[in-house]
Amino acid sequence: MPTVWFCLVALMIAVYVLLDGFDLGAGIVHLGVAHTDEERRAVLGSIGSVWDANEVWLIAGGGTLFFAFPLLYASSFSGFYLPLMMVLWLLILRGISIEFRNHVKGPLWSPFWDLIFCLSSALLAIFYGAALGNVVRGVPLDSSGYFFEALWTNFRFGKDAGILDWYTILVGLAAYFALAEHGALWVALKTDGAIRQRAQRIARLGWWGVALLTVGLTLITLRVQPLVLANLTGRPWGLLFPVIAIAGLIGVFAFLRGENTVARERKAFFSSSAYLLGMLTSAAFGLYPYVLPARGGLALSLSIYNTRTTDRAMQIGLAWWIIGMILATSYFVFLYRRFAGKVSSDAEQGGEGHSY
Amino acid sequence: MGEAVAIDRLHFAFTATFHYIFPQLTMGLALLLVVLKTLALRKGNEDYNRAMRFWARIFAINFALGVVTGIPMEFQFGTNWASFSRSSGGVIGQTLAMEGVFSFFLESSFLGLMLFGEKRLGQKLHWFVTFLVFLGAWLSGYLIIATDAWMQHPVAYSVTPDGSYALASFWGLLLNPWAVWQYAHNMLGAVQTGCFVMAAVGAFYLLSNKFETNARIFIRTGVIVGAIAAMLQLYPTGDAQGALIARDQQPTLAAMEGLFKTSNGAPLAILGQPDVENRKLDNPLIIPNALSFLTYRAWTAQVRGLDAFPQSEWPDRIPLLYYSYHVMVGLGTLFIAIMAIAAFLLWRGKLYGSRWMLWILLLTFPFPYIANTAGWITAEVGRQPYLIYGLMRTPEGISQRVPAGSAWFTLIGFLGMYMVLGILFLFLLYREIDRGPDSTVAVVPHAGGMQPAQN
Repeated sequence: MPTVWFCLVALMIAVYVLLDGFDLGAGIVHLGVAHTDEERRAVLGSIGSVWDANEVWLIAGGGTLFFAFPLLYASSFSGFYLPLMMVLWLLILRGISIEFRNHVKGPLWSPFWDLIFCLSSALLAIFYGAALGNVVRGVPLDSSGYFFEALWTNFRFGKDAGILDWYTILVGLAAYFALAEHGALWVALKTDGAIRQRAQRIARLGWWGVALLTVGLTLITLRVQPLVLANLTGRPWGLLFPVIAIAGLIGVFAFLRGENTVARERKAFFSSSAYLLGMLTSAAFGLYPYVLPARGGLALSLSIYNTRTTDRAMQIGLAWWIIGMILATSYFVFLYRRFAGKVSSDAEQGGEGHSY
Repeated sequence: MGEAVAIDRLHFAFTATFHYIFPQLTMGLALLLVVLKTLALRKGNEDYNRAMRFWARIFAINFALGVVTGIPMEFQFGTNWASFSRSSGGVIGQTLAMEGVFSFFLESSFLGLMLFGEKRLGQKLHWFVTFLVFLGAWLSGYLIIATDAWMQHPVAYSVTPDGSYALASFWGLLLNPWAVWQYAHNMLGAVQTGCFVMAAVGAFYLLSNKFETNARIFIRTGVIVGAIAAMLQLYPTGDAQGALIARDQQPTLAAMEGLFKTSNGAPLAILGQPDVENRKLDNPLIIPNALSFLTYRAWTAQVRGLDAFPQSEWPDRIPLLYYSYHVMVGLGTLFIAIMAIAAFLLWRGKLYGSRWMLWILLLTFPFPYIANTAGWITAEVGRQPYLIYGLMRTPEGISQRVPAGSAWFTLIGFLGMYMVLGILFLFLLYREIDRGPDSTVAVVPHAGGMQPAQN
């Protein structure tokens, strides 16, 4: 039962990263791909109808984590107190920048909200990456199951590293590149004209950054967290996950070459999704059954067994979770089908789209 | 340690109180939107559709603010109340996760369609989408109330070997009697906020000679629904809520009512200032025996005062509890009076011409916000000294590893952030009200809009 919920929570977080990832990524490349006011409205229009629904996956995933593994929720949320609060503020700032960019127009405020939107998206990607880095690297848990970690110490990887050391910063950077790539591919898929060209160029250039960081980080991670290699050699079928990631990475490269068709853009975007999914599931598989390793050794680490709630509670949860997910998935299929296709770049279209 | 407890409480109290400014109007308006849309369909009257669209725009702004101030609350369980989360996650984590899965997905998926999809959907489907948004908002309310009700009156749990709590019965948690009555009472409060705001905007337009057709619809809808809600608020829901407190939280009842001494035939204090040190009520204005009657339906029944309980069981902020309860009840009574008079004038056909009544409707819209907030303070301060009533005391629930300084810093951060949010909210709301319901332009001019599905 705890393994089932481990997979379900991992799945929800992965879906969150895939979905909110592209709208965060669109924010990161916002100023780069869109230069005129009209182009910027097209970028916002491409995520306008979905970004808040995407963000719901974070809330739903967080709630699910809360009830299935209460100690993990309590320990990690209080241990990462300050960075989490900053994530909250960034989410609020980003939300209001999108809302206000939409409501209040003019040469004074629009560039201001554009900048806030771009900065908050970029910082969120880096924070999420650094958070993942911390979970993989491990935190100074003690026997109570809790920990306190400074924001940073000397940035060196080691016994008294803070939340930010060079490893977690590197993961943050990798997340920044990966989501920028993901967002650029989304914008290319959803727009036309000059923005589409620029988005493709950014995606092509960014790919090298993603590839380089992926290879480098993978090698470093195997040294930083020996658990990952042990899991992969112990259960070789788990190599499937990194293979998905590599296939996705190659797919992005391949579909970005050659002629520009919507079909190829869609394939590139799905390849990028496969890459993100592969990386996240590899990380989850690499740590299993641990969910928050302790720096002081596996005995102090949090696993799905010492953080879980009862089987009974998990069974009750499974019943409504399945029903809820069928409903949620059907809303999303409906929502995305309705807003499929490119955002029109001609102004005053007069339709009834959820537009900016 | 003591400082950390106080600041963590203040932290949650502030973010929750500010957050609840928005959902109470969202939930109230969600019902009124369904009412307006139903009237538009049944009467085939375009004025109702125009009214509905106007309030849908207000709803959307309010909803967005509710979402961004709501996300921090889920985080705060883990960040500031880690020990509580560890103990109770196996129970209340379920209702919180269900809120995301069942309500937020529903609302966030269909809100856009309600705002922008009317033409495409046609009137009947648009009604249905409006109903789904209402359903999402009210379901969300239930799941949060069920969470709070479990903290007020824990049921349906088992104790695990490490001393934490896990859910033992799904329906036991959802059908907690506290949840049912708290929900009814709370939702009526939200409906009143929606009605007072709707009537106030209508009165504002009538008094300024603008948008008169729609203004009358706003006033009529607000007053009729509001009058019903105001009465149901007192009886049966308020009464039933009181009965539950009298059964399960006796020290709380005594503190709310300022009853220091146990007595047969306890008086009801209408006014008076509790003096906790000397254990008496100063300057009391009382109705003899009324508290006994209201609580136990017998004029001479014994009601236990605070003296019947050890001081360690008393709520730790008795004056705050006493005043917030009295403010809530006082305002609730005032609402019944205002709405009853307005409804009477409406029935006599004199409401739209009574400038004095329109002024009252215009000026009283902040009061339901105060009453709702006071009601929640009553519930949460009344739960003290427990975090989970009878199971876990409040100081035991905080995050042991989070320094008080960090909590101070983030509280100050939230104060600043929410001040900006509040200003932006008022600015947007003012623009929308100024523009009025006649405007056929949607919230956003359609530039760069999405084209219809192509696949």
